[in-house]
Amino acid sequence: MPGSIPDASAQTSGAAPAPLDIVLRVNGTEHRISVDPRTTLLDALREHLHLTGSKKGCGLGQCGACTVLMDGRRVNSCLSLAALVEGREITTIEGLARGEQLHALQAAFIERDAFQCGYCTPGQIISGVACIKEGHAGSPQEIREWMSGNLCRCGAYDNIVAAIQDTAQATTGSAQGG
Amino acid sequence: MITAVIGQPLSRIDGRQKVTGGATYAAEFDVPNVAHGSIVRSTIANGRIASIDSAAAEKAPGVIAVLTYRNAPRLAYRKHHGTTDPSVGERLHVLQDDRVNHQGDPIALVVAETLEQASYAATLVRVTYAPESGATNISRVKLVLPTQDQTDQGSTPPPDRPRGDPKGALARAAVKVDNTYVIPRENHNPIELHATIAAWDGDRLTLWDKTQWVDGAADEIAAVFGIPPENIRVISPFVGGAFGSGLRAWSHVTLGALGARVTGRPVKIMLSRRAMYYGTGYRPDTIQRVALGASREGHLNAIVHDAYHETSTYEEYTEALLAATRFLYSCPNVYTRDRLARLNVHTPTWMRAPGEASGVFALECAMDELAVALNMDPIELRLRNEPEQDEFKKLPFSSRSTKECYRIGAERFGWSRRNPEPRSMRDGRLLIGWGMAAATYPMNFAPASAVARLLPDGTAEVASASSDIGTGTWTSMTQVAAEALGLPIERVKFTLGDTRLPKTPPEGGSMTMASVGSAVQAACRKAREEALARGGANDLQEAMRRIGQPVEASVDSKPGDESQRFSMHAFGAVFVEVAVDPDLGETRVRRMVGAYGAGRIINPKTSRSQCIGGMIGGIGMALMEHCGRPTQWARHQRQSCRIRGAGARRCSAGHGLDFRRGARSAREPAWGEGPRRAPHRGRRSGDQQRRLPRDRQAHPRITCHAG
Repeated sequence: MPGSIPDASAQTSGAAPAPLDIVLRVNGTEHRISVDPRTTLLDALREHLHLTGSKKGCGLGQCGACTVLMDGRRVNSCLSLAALVEGREITTIEGLARGEQLHALQAAFIERDAFQCGYCTPGQIISGVACIKEGHAGSPQEIREWMSGNLCRCGAYDNIVAAIQDTAQATTGSAQGG
Repeated sequence: MITAVIGQPLSRIDGRQKVTGGATYAAEFDVPNVAHGSIVRSTIANGRIASIDSAAAEKAPGVIAVLTYRNAPRLAYRKHHGTTDPSVGERLHVLQDDRVNHQGDPIALVVAETLEQASYAATLVRVTYAPESGATNISRVKLVLPTQDQTDQGSTPPPDRPRGDPKGALARAAVKVDNTYVIPRENHNPIELHATIAAWDGDRLTLWDKTQWVDGAADEIAAVFGIPPENIRVISPFVGGAFGSGLRAWSHVTLGALGARVTGRPVKIMLSRRAMYYGTGYRPDTIQRVALGASREGHLNAIVHDAYHETSTYEEYTEALLAATRFLYSCPNVYTRDRLARLNVHTPTWMRAPGEASGVFALECAMDELAVALNMDPIELRLRNEPEQDEFKKLPFSSRSTKECYRIGAERFGWSRRNPEPRSMRDGRLLIGWGMAAATYPMNFAPASAVARLLPDGTAEVASASSDIGTGTWTSMTQVAAEALGLPIERVKFTLGDTRLPKTPPEGGSMTMASVGSAVQAACRKAREEALARGGANDLQEAMRRIGQPVEASVDSKPGDESQRFSMHAFGAVFVEVAVDPDLGETRVRRMVGAYGAGRIINPKTSRSQCIGGMIGGIGMALMEHCGRPTQWARHQRQSCRIRGAGARRCSAGHGLDFRRGARSAREPAWGEGPRRAPHRGRRSGDQQRRLPRDRQAHPRITCHAG
């Protein structure tokens, strides 16, 4: 029984790991960084690349605030090690808009007031983009099911579902109302 | 002429930043040369540190410093009680002695070059304890009255002084109900983890902090370090939710500043989700007996509301638990009492609708049970007990919208189709329940300041130190300013979240629009009048062009004597449909309608989001959230801190945050404490208790009517 609780649990023990030189492809740009092997993709984005749009809400894969796209699929970046995602195409919230032109789902989030504090929002939007692409935005019930990995403590779920439904209907025409 | 901007459902001004990742929260400021701090916490609830060995941690790669009570500088800890601190007791002093006050009490701080190095080195700190017996079970301690009752902003008479003869009236009542309502501890759990970055420049400190009150954080840390508050700048433009947890500057803020001072480096501390249960407050475990006595016609003639809740051993946390009971209904005989159970836990704090949400829950459950006992419609029962005035303060209400809220809510919900007979409504095999409750929250108003600066190009900069914790302050203040200035909204830039801006009260207690909004409005009006007078024009743009230089006006606004003349509250009514599986007890909230009379609505869009967010918070509090009680296996459960429940799926409009595995350890018994004994004698027997259930599913469709 250890006599103390550290705030964060270390991921390795023993001798100091040597830093690794890696190349991360994020939003179409290659970044050469030297990271601790224990560094998560989320911490690499936030602490090394200063791409702080991906949020840390738990570090445990439970809240979804850190969701990014990896080769088009949504993943919890807090559960991915940076050194293991070399060569993958990573898209974060910063890479969604085309210059000043917001992604349709970003615009729908503003229009629908699908957030309050905004902290879960980047993860919700990234997850929502994938949810629509996957064809999982056919009904409010389906959206709720496939967005269940993203928590919102402000309680904006109704508006989040509406924003995703609006965007799905506008972009695919396949979603059913309800 | 500019059309009115107040009352327009404008989208959030900060929306673009929030949807693009451009909003910068506390831990995200790019402070050069920043080091990372990781906090080590105690595993006992009460006792002393017998030994603490940081040698291995100090030798670990990247470690700059390991601070414990043995080597940490002694801090001033000047006496300071901000308005959000308990007025009785003394805050935790961190790393000042070998004392352990609660499970998760900070006992060491590791500062290292990287987050990974700090986190790892924190696991190398070895600690042994001299544990002492402690109390973590609310049922096993002597209950005490608060030293100084603060439950009604200090204006309350002694907490156990009755109105009329409640005991006698209850004994004589034709119909009575008498039950106990148990609310388990609930954590705020904002999605953003609490975080602070501290950087010293000589004797001046900058804190980028997650806070609901930049001025309060500066005052507290100034008192801790014994420096003038003016030496501290707190920056907090975005807050990723707080729900009350950001109203005090907790010990991790002190530790960040301490680490930065010792190492000479800026230090960043971001709490883990687990640590959010150890030192950022919570809604306390609260146990309430409510006895109501009424005539057969449903007129209340006795209310007894006798409560107790947990607090720490070092501070007396009290909240407005009983405030609404004293005025919500007309009743000549009322007894209210709130007592404290002092436990070896960390201090609870304000959590969304602090006090009122807990107290009204018990009172409104009791009213429903009385309605059943009387065989009377719950709305009719409430209407029969509408007071003419606040019978506690003996003041007229500034407004009282309960009747309208009942009417509009009932219409929207379809209340008239309700069959009041218990177990009479079904959907297939599911039992359907329709229920309603009144809601109320006081109209708080505190002194606040703002500055408005008109520029020659016809734009304006308006500023106040306030926060936007998701409430929409940024947007609504811009609307207030634009209307007062008579400028289009895109010409007005509002700034907040910085101690360099004019002082404000905390963003809490639903007081921001009344307080800060009044200051913003007054500053803008003053600037406009001055500009028009100086420029000699009726048109502001023309006046500013003529003046050719900025015109600035500052205002310190404060409440008048309204609170001496009126009892001021917002009111509401909430209607809910639940489906209950008769075999499994699974409960789903299927729809919910809220009607609120909350004064003048500045922005219907963000206000609606606030109302719905509050209703969803209520679902979570009622059905899903619970910070576990101490159990024999708590220590092992702690190892798997995970979020229970779900978000959008199980709770279509609700949320399902429930970090209770991790939370359980916060109520872990101290070493040597035996199994639980029988409930405290002050409590009713189990079958008469109404516990907030948990692990139920919610699936609501929520609508809200605010006005």
